[in-house]
Amino acid sequence: MSIPPKLQKRLLEDVVIFENKESQKTGAQSVAPDHSPRQSAGGKPLPARSALIDSAQSTLQQRVEQLLFHQSELLDEKQWGAYIDLFAEEGVYWMPVTPEQTEWMDSPSIFVEDKRMMEIRMGRVMHPNAWSQAPQWGTSHVVGNVVIEAVSEGEIKVRSRFHMTELRRDATRHFAGTYRHTLKRIGDDFKIALQRVDLLNGQAPFDYVLQIWV
Amino acid sequence: MLPLERLVESDRVHRTVYTDQAIFDREMANIWEKAWVYCGHESQLPKTGDYATVQIGRQPMIMVRGTDSKIRVLYNRCPHRGVQLCGSRQGNTGSTFVCSYHAWTFHLDGRVKGIPLSHGYVGTRMSPDNPDCSMKAAPRVDSYRGFVFASLASEGPSLLEFLGDARIAFDDMCDRSPEGEVEIVPVCHRVVQHSNWKFFMENQLDALHPSVTHQSTGIAAGRVERKLREEGRTPPLYYHYLSTFASSFDQWDSVQTVNFPRGHGILKGYMGLRPDDPDTKEYVAAMYRAYGEKKAEEHLGRSIHHVLVYPYLSVQSPLQQLRVLRPLAPNKTLSEIWHFRLKGVSAAIYRRALWYFNLVNSPATMINADDLENWTKGQWGLESDGGEWVSFHRNYGGDTRDNGVTYSNNGTSEVVMRSQFEAWRQYMSDEAP
Repeated sequence: MSIPPKLQKRLLEDVVIFENKESQKTGAQSVAPDHSPRQSAGGKPLPARSALIDSAQSTLQQRVEQLLFHQSELLDEKQWGAYIDLFAEEGVYWMPVTPEQTEWMDSPSIFVEDKRMMEIRMGRVMHPNAWSQAPQWGTSHVVGNVVIEAVSEGEIKVRSRFHMTELRRDATRHFAGTYRHTLKRIGDDFKIALQRVDLLNGQAPFDYVLQIWV
Repeated sequence: MLPLERLVESDRVHRTVYTDQAIFDREMANIWEKAWVYCGHESQLPKTGDYATVQIGRQPMIMVRGTDSKIRVLYNRCPHRGVQLCGSRQGNTGSTFVCSYHAWTFHLDGRVKGIPLSHGYVGTRMSPDNPDCSMKAAPRVDSYRGFVFASLASEGPSLLEFLGDARIAFDDMCDRSPEGEVEIVPVCHRVVQHSNWKFFMENQLDALHPSVTHQSTGIAAGRVERKLREEGRTPPLYYHYLSTFASSFDQWDSVQTVNFPRGHGILKGYMGLRPDDPDTKEYVAAMYRAYGEKKAEEHLGRSIHHVLVYPYLSVQSPLQQLRVLRPLAPNKTLSEIWHFRLKGVSAAIYRRALWYFNLVNSPATMINADDLENWTKGQWGLESDGGEWVSFHRNYGGDTRDNGVTYSNNGTSEVVMRSQFEAWRQYMSDEAP
């Protein structure tokens, strides 16, 4: 069966290509800009790191654990900028759909974000008209079972377990699973080259979506 | 409950069509359990015995490939004591369905195969030659370009009559492959909407909402896009998927909708998905080789953002995405989200569809996060006594009707909703739409 010529003609007409411009007034912003500003991410002090940790006296296990604890605390404190800074310049946050997945270029993922894309996500949730951010919303992460799987000169591979509880509006949700961090040594510090997150309940129906990294 | 003819007027509808349990039950009986409902794609079931469970209205069904390689849709229910025969969402059942309760077995076409201790049925009404001993099948199953539909009514319009011109959803998807076919990517994201199914269907062709609802994402993406350009880098095409949401009201008003009978419709394209890079050139060349230049340009030049098959399907054909609704209650709807791979194209072309799936349609979507918030609040608003009517007045009377098809002169015309409710009223009042 072929498409009626009239419809075909109609559908061949005028492809509109939108170009996003800084000056362009868009949507609600053109009517009421910044109607309810959110708290800025830099407003609060960062959560303190462990006072007992220093690179000379602490074991690698302790230092790695402290990094994971700090990372999860940054999420719970909504310190998005500092969270992104934990990643290496080419670092990637990846949440595959299934534990069997080995790549993200040719199969779907729940998240696959480099620092640029993370910046978009941060920009979204901090925008005054990110409507989904209006209800009360917060998370609490617990990280444990930290196992250093491999250590080489430039790289450390770490596996851990997490449990995250989220409150949004009046509903509580739970997410649990495995983190796999590939850490890059940069001088005395570590940066995240890859964080793989396997959700236990990644293929269950999502009651609402995930607004930010888990 | 108001009488049906008073619920839907040509420019407004009564709020109870979104909230009332009796209306919902009638929708299930009159629409979902009669019309053609999308079950899945043939490539989901490559081998004999492959099955996937699917909900049609209130009915739990199994779509299965038989030993004759035909696809059938059966009720997921053992005729003995009613236990569901497939307990998993998908899998392979071999050559037989086996009930986990008393081991009744069935052929893949639903016919009973064996009953344990069958001598115990001799002389009863339930002897094995009684058709009641077999699994009940959907009366009608048909497919269009690999997309499988079932109807639980033995009579009614054919699948092609039901789809009408909206079958372009599947043509447009498949025609973009040099082989004329797609295959499913076997990942289904499921997201629960705490709202009536109509919110989703209306939202899909609502060209005014994106720059309001999604402006936070559009603006954030546009900012990073520009920053990359300033650094002398070319932002990936998929940033554009997000940044186009932040366009002006005027721009959105220029995007047209096409509204078909039975509530189906099209939102025309606006993203401009034909960049001038080597991957696209190679792809266009392959399309020319397969179809000839004129036909290939016809396929590639169609301006479609997505096509709605009313009342449950949104097909984003140029990016091979498909979202199907399974209503659960007046205020609860499950959406199943799939995408497809064009056969015979390079990895680079597939990745365009993949990035859209990841960024817009995954459970970490930066787009639907705000849609879902709107629909939840919308549902609560309509459940309240704060007003009785839902307004669809924008550009009322300003559209062009030609041979049953309504074209919007303004892209943001609420003709979309008016057209959907015209079909709804026909379905609900037993007039064939």
